[in-house]
Amino acid sequence: MAKLKGHVLFNIENCKGCELCIKECPQNSLEMSSNINNNGYHYAFLKEDSCTGCTNCALICPEGIITVFRESKKKKIAVPSLNNTDNFLFEVS
Amino acid sequence: MSELISEGVQCKLLDSMDKVWDRPDSLIDVPLHYCPGCGHSVVHRVLMEVLEELELIEDTIGIAPVGCSVLAYFYLDIDMQEAAHGRATAVATGIKRVMPNKTIFTYQGDGDLAAIGTAETIHTINRGENIVMIFINNGIYGMTGGQMAPTTLPGVRTSTSVDGRDVESQGHPLKIADMISILPGAYYVTRQAVTTAKAVRKLKKALKKAFIYQMNGEGGTSFIEVVSNCPSGWKMTPLESNEWLENDIFDFYELGDIKVPKKGIK
Amino acid sequence: MSKKLLMKGNEALAEASIRAGLKGYYGYPITPQSELLEYLGQHLPSRGGAFVQAESEVAAINMVYGASGAGVRTMTSTSGPGYSLMQEGISYIACSELPCLLVNVMRGGPGLGTIQPSQGDYFQAVKGGGHGDYKCIVLAPNSVQEMADFTYLGFDLADTYRIPVVILTDGALGQMMETVVFPDYDIEANKTDHSSWATTGRKNMRKKHVVTSLYLKAEEMENMNLILQKKYREIEKNEVRFESIFTEDADIIIVAFGMSARVSFKAVELARKKGIKAGLFRPKTLFPFPINELQHLSNQADKMLVVEMNAGQMVEDVRLAVNGNISVEFYGRIGGVIPSPNEILNNIINLSELKE
Repeated sequence: MAKLKGHVLFNIENCKGCELCIKECPQNSLEMSSNINNNGYHYAFLKEDSCTGCTNCALICPEGIITVFRESKKKKIAVPSLNNTDNFLFEVS
Repeated sequence: MSELISEGVQCKLLDSMDKVWDRPDSLIDVPLHYCPGCGHSVVHRVLMEVLEELELIEDTIGIAPVGCSVLAYFYLDIDMQEAAHGRATAVATGIKRVMPNKTIFTYQGDGDLAAIGTAETIHTINRGENIVMIFINNGIYGMTGGQMAPTTLPGVRTSTSVDGRDVESQGHPLKIADMISILPGAYYVTRQAVTTAKAVRKLKKALKKAFIYQMNGEGGTSFIEVVSNCPSGWKMTPLESNEWLENDIFDFYELGDIKVPKKGIK
Repeated sequence: MSKKLLMKGNEALAEASIRAGLKGYYGYPITPQSELLEYLGQHLPSRGGAFVQAESEVAAINMVYGASGAGVRTMTSTSGPGYSLMQEGISYIACSELPCLLVNVMRGGPGLGTIQPSQGDYFQAVKGGGHGDYKCIVLAPNSVQEMADFTYLGFDLADTYRIPVVILTDGALGQMMETVVFPDYDIEANKTDHSSWATTGRKNMRKKHVVTSLYLKAEEMENMNLILQKKYREIEKNEVRFESIFTEDADIIIVAFGMSARVSFKAVELARKKGIKAGLFRPKTLFPFPINELQHLSNQADKMLVVEMNAGQMVEDVRLAVNGNISVEFYGRIGGVIPSPNEILNNIINLSELKE
């Protein structure tokens, strides 16, 4: 059975760079950015399109900055593939 | 949803998906003052998830301790009282006795519950007060700068045990949950963690049970210990602190149920 | 109004508290007030209130904090050593602006002391034995009837001003038996609406209420203190109570409270029989202190004699009030000894002879 597709949005301004989510992601889809947010922390982001919406990262996140989405089992819609730059929620330029 | 999305492909993507997880509304959306990776932050969130799901927000009064979580009332959108150091369970007793239909919980650290508040801890449970006690055990006094706690393990360096805790002169760490579990007034006693997503899910189940027991008026106090980290006090990164918990601390403070009600919820 | 009953002071106070709508009592045994705890333990649960014998006075005062924060009438009682343990809690209660009634049935001290009556905790109750700039209203009864009356008054003042009220009494008043009449008192009519701040749960998702005394920013802490100070000035203006007997033409005025006022009154009567124009001024409120009345009296009388059952505590406040106008002498017995009328009379005689 194919895994459902998922997606996560990070409120990166409130990330404190604890890196706990990186370890919890079973797909290894998360990475710490080399950029920093306005508080000076490196923040986590979804580096590749392999999220299954398992919510592990959201559960472990102390700051509660992750929102998780998952395909509904009922409607499987073909989704265009993403390149890396489209995963940021609030991008720091 | 629309304010969060910038443009383009993301919109199309999320349109085809359901939001399956978001932070609870009653966890006030302000930056937390806790250190990066601190277990307090996770427990706060899980607690509010449980209270929301059980529809208890309107009927709950929480009691905050003195310690790192002294400002818990900034983050939890429920009525709260700030207790003097160690006295949270006495404050809870005072409220519960005059408002028995309200849901009352205390939230305390290891100094609050197992040092200065030991008498209140024991006697509140001994009276079987129908409240939920949440105990964040990270074996150190975070707020005051990293001193030894009653639950600090032997050999661990803190600012008041610079050569490591010496049990000869400083005593052994207290297993408070085990101690109080023998009291008839202790109804549900469990030790949990927030080191992994799996552990967080288990904690949520435990908290939910505890609050349901209180709602049902089932006989006694629920005691939820969360063996947690203090990256700042332990002088470790959050990842290292969780590793230390898993490799070392959980050997002493074993996770799992210590006392379950005979006819409790599975 | 009840019929006349013969009751012990401690028990009269306890009965009055139930009739005044006490909803939560949290206490710990200590001589000479254990009867208060026992009476409430026997009667309060069946008359609509919660009773807990706490594990210590420390726990008791924090239970009072909790119940008071939930907006209900609550009370504790103790004696000196227990009152000392409560100081942290009282400071928290005062700063959080919580209404409650605290009873200190004083005994000889300091330390473990003795079980006989004294007035050694005046400083602690009136100046604030806990940390920080705060005040409690302090009521000083001198009869079993006043033990009852001041209970109703104390609860009403506590609710009106959101302040802890201390009934500062002593072991003699707590143990003695006198007749007492309980007035009619409508609990519902006298209830204060605390729904704007009490922690009762966010009914209909109203804004959350937080009871706290923590203000990490110094400016905010100062602001909180200014709010408290403003309240205390209002109390000083409106709530002074006292009794003034034979003072209109008195040369020597005895100033005393509680038990020592009772004994002093006898001494005043004896003095008058000897032709000495003596009078008695009895503060009923120790905070707010009757400064204006004492100043006024110091313009008429030649001397004041403060009589206390301690080493000299209220005398300092009398001297401050009189502000050097006339001499203020002191006579006291300490550690649990009650002065006799003759001892006080001798002091009055000495003072009146000095004048000549």
